[in-house]
Amino acid sequence: MQAKKDEMKRELENEIRVQQAQGLLASIDEKCFAKCITKPGTSMSRTEETCLSRCLDRYMEAFDIVSRVYLARIQRERIDRST
Amino acid sequence: MSQFNEETQKEMQTFIEQLRASSQLQQNIANFTNKCWDKCVSGTPSTSFSSSEQGCLANCVERFLDTSVFIVKRIEEQRANRGFT
Repeated sequence: MQAKKDEMKRELENEIRVQQAQGLLASIDEKCFAKCITKPGTSMSRTEETCLSRCLDRYMEAFDIVSRVYLARIQRERIDRST
Repeated sequence: MSQFNEETQKEMQTFIEQLRASSQLQQNIANFTNKCWDKCVSGTPSTSFSSSEQGCLANCVERFLDTSVFIVKRIEEQRANRGFT
């Protein structure tokens, strides 16, 4: 019974994690395509590849900044409310 | 879930509630990143953010949250005002 429960929990968590990862990837595709592939050619150029990999890194960095600021705010409001 | 007894059903419900809350949080972070990227990141991506881009991203999150608080307050005010007329 316990094993079955744990398995179900793991499956649910995984499902959500996969969905979130897919959503994030879709955003990165959209934003970085817009920024880097300004004039689609017959193949991807070195410049475009460089742009895409920087764009990916910056998007992840933006994600980190946003989550840091957001979580700090939630924390702050929780403390405000409890005092 | 009918195969589970009542106690187990309750436990799973609590688990799902927690999962829902944490996934909502993640969803918000993804959503803010998407919006604030458009507002704050201009030009071709470079090897690091400028300090003004970093500041903009942080401010963007704070102001977005302020916006939603403000709008709710405003709607409540309007509803209260209408009550008096």
